[in-house]
Amino acid sequence: MSHETNALLQEARRQLEICNACRYCEGFCSVFPEMTRHKLFADGDISHMANLCHNCRGCYYSCQYSPPHEFQLNLPAALAEVRQDSWEALVWPQPLARAFHKRGVMIMALLVVATMAMLWLVINLRSEGGTGFYAYMAHNLMVAIFLPAFLLPLISVAVGLRRYWRLTGGKAVVLADLKGAFASVARMKNLAGGHGEGCNFEREDRYSNARRFAHQAVMYGFLLCFASTSVATLMHYLLAMPAPYPLFSPPKLLGLSGGVLMVLGTGEMIRLKLKSDPGLGSRRVWGGEMAFILLLGLTAATGLVLYTASGTAAVALLLPLHLGTVLTLFLLMPFSKMVHGFFRLSALIIDEQKKRA
Amino acid sequence: MFCSKRRARQLDPPDSILWDVVIAGGGNAALCAAITAAEAGARVIILEGAPKPYRGGNSRHTRNFRCMHEGPLSVLTDAYLEEEYYNDLLLVTKGKTDEHLARLVIRGSQECLPWMEAHGVRFQPSLSGTLSLSRTNAFFLGGGKSLVNAYYNTAEGLGVTVVYDAQVQHVHLEGDRFTHMEVSVAGGPVQRFRGKAAVLASGGFQSDIDWLIRAWGPAAANFLIRGTPYNRGVVLRDMLEQGCQSVGDPTQCHAVAIDGRAPKFDGGICTRLDCVPFSIVVNRDCVRFYDEGEDTWPKRYAIWGRLVAAQPDQVGYAIIDAKSIDLFMPSVFPAMRADTIEELGVKLGLDGQRLSRTVAEFNAACRPGSFHPTELDGLTTQRLDPPKTNWARPIEKPPFYGYQLRTGVTFTYLGLKVSDRARVQMPDGSLTNVWSAGEMIAGSILGQGYLAGFGMTIGTVFGRIAGQEAAAHVA
Repeated sequence: MSHETNALLQEARRQLEICNACRYCEGFCSVFPEMTRHKLFADGDISHMANLCHNCRGCYYSCQYSPPHEFQLNLPAALAEVRQDSWEALVWPQPLARAFHKRGVMIMALLVVATMAMLWLVINLRSEGGTGFYAYMAHNLMVAIFLPAFLLPLISVAVGLRRYWRLTGGKAVVLADLKGAFASVARMKNLAGGHGEGCNFEREDRYSNARRFAHQAVMYGFLLCFASTSVATLMHYLLAMPAPYPLFSPPKLLGLSGGVLMVLGTGEMIRLKLKSDPGLGSRRVWGGEMAFILLLGLTAATGLVLYTASGTAAVALLLPLHLGTVLTLFLLMPFSKMVHGFFRLSALIIDEQKKRA
Repeated sequence: MFCSKRRARQLDPPDSILWDVVIAGGGNAALCAAITAAEAGARVIILEGAPKPYRGGNSRHTRNFRCMHEGPLSVLTDAYLEEEYYNDLLLVTKGKTDEHLARLVIRGSQECLPWMEAHGVRFQPSLSGTLSLSRTNAFFLGGGKSLVNAYYNTAEGLGVTVVYDAQVQHVHLEGDRFTHMEVSVAGGPVQRFRGKAAVLASGGFQSDIDWLIRAWGPAAANFLIRGTPYNRGVVLRDMLEQGCQSVGDPTQCHAVAIDGRAPKFDGGICTRLDCVPFSIVVNRDCVRFYDEGEDTWPKRYAIWGRLVAAQPDQVGYAIIDAKSIDLFMPSVFPAMRADTIEELGVKLGLDGQRLSRTVAEFNAACRPGSFHPTELDGLTTQRLDPPKTNWARPIEKPPFYGYQLRTGVTFTYLGLKVSDRARVQMPDGSLTNVWSAGEMIAGSILGQGYLAGFGMTIGTVFGRIAGQEAAAHVA
């Protein structure tokens, strides 16, 4: 374990030990009930709590020990640092994670490179005989690029999750774990503040559901887009119904609604992030997180624009741009904020196990 | 420093404004008064002595509200009726209470809880480790600072002006009538804040160490103050010097034994130590001085403040072994730890050999029997002075742990005498337009001891009365 990881864990441990002697925040989220199950905090316990923390900031604004008090409690930031470090340390290969998370510029640079590559392919390997988008890039070529670009990063994530499971003492998953964890994700319970009025992300000591709703718009939007692609793949291979699809078809309806949700949600996420105090998160990845939200928004926006431009000459430019954003998003899945979804879900599943234990 | 919605007013010198209600203090009672008065249409200003991050006085450190209720209410289970509540109060105060005012507070508490919720306070089920309070005490989600935040937001929404870092140095009376307060804002020159009515809710004097020394004796120099450093009793003293009637023992404070490594001020809840019943406690000279197992800790923690205060250097040391480390709430700082008693003694700055002898004597006096950490188990020492009458198990299983104990002051009892409408009393009757609430008047109801969550109840009930009366006076 690196010296830096140790220092982050030690600071979180110092703060958790003070919190554990107070416990006023028990009702805000899942972190505090888990905290009260311990007297001493092993590294894995702290990583687990860090990944359970949704950065709602309720505990910070309620805390009688937050700065300038000499105890200097800022648990949202301390856990954000541990959480961030855990993703970078556990995902394989580590150097890539360390490079991208904190550098928005790198994320954007990869986007440019990926888009240029797509453009080059569209210009130089123009397919013969395809219709719709496949007139610009053959279906087989798309599959040849995107299938590995999707699956290889998943292997990276899987390695990270396996290590995370070991570190935090996760067990074999049973149905009840999944039920509890998915119920929490579906309603973003940990951003509800315990009373349903939301978190303290952007309005300081006032509660607001804005971030919770924005996150759900992005999450459900993303899932709808993912469902759209999955349905289209099934239609292509099983029903021999290749794209393009009409407006009133499952892929289009799913994709359009998902895309609109993602654009709205990411826009709101950016607005909220700009209003919020960067000192209550992991400061060093602020730029990387911003770039990631932008990338998500761009992926959806370019998809929508591409759809409205179908049949026009603009597709020659818009298609590579959209494919470039999708490719970047896929490739960075293990090395950007995208990875939080996997770790957060794991933490919620493991928390269900610990609650029952 | 002015935080008003009506920005234009920021430019006015304070002297040119005649406020309806000027409130000294910015904790729970002051806020309840401000909100109540503002809702009744009064133009209200809060003069909070602390800077914004420390606003809220000792309310910042509170965690619950003791509430009478006839059936399940919000997070409260079952029922808690007036007689039981009053008897609980009699038990802790040993009769040192004003029955009329006490019953007024108890009866008033029931309607306060929904009022608190309507004004932004959120409750949560009893915290882990406090199940015994789930029937009687409603816990604030996020604790007292969260309540304070909610009230400031509500007050701001009602157009209440708040000035932070505002030291009220003098409450000016002309005859029996308040005219203005003399206030230094952020250490600046004294300004006048004129008003038609005043509410005084700026707490006790426990953070003025010199006053504490005069009241208690030189030992008080070594006391730690558990709450805000801003309760220095300036307004209280000013009013007493102007002839207001006082209540409460001027020499006494509520003091408990807390972690000796706690900060001098503002350590709050987390500095408590619950290990005493499972330990032996020695003084600087490694001598035991009181029965550690006399009763359960919630019933005994308050007397240990005094016991430690009476020891040389006002310090004690609780010693336990590995068998007991998990029997109580975690401490804010890790315990001192060693593999032998002697080594532990040295680490604690004691004479290791003497500590070993004291522990050996205690161990030799322990008798077999069954140990029950949550109830009086009668497991007592034999032929030991002082005895340990419950939970007396030999301290023999390494590693050994030690905590330094010091006296932590929660609040002082001296306060202003008020009527049942919160009006401040002079020997010859009430002041015309001055009301008081909160810790500042609690001494008449809580003359001795402490009942968990009752300070907030007194503050809420009397704060609302003061706000109501002040607003009615200026209407």
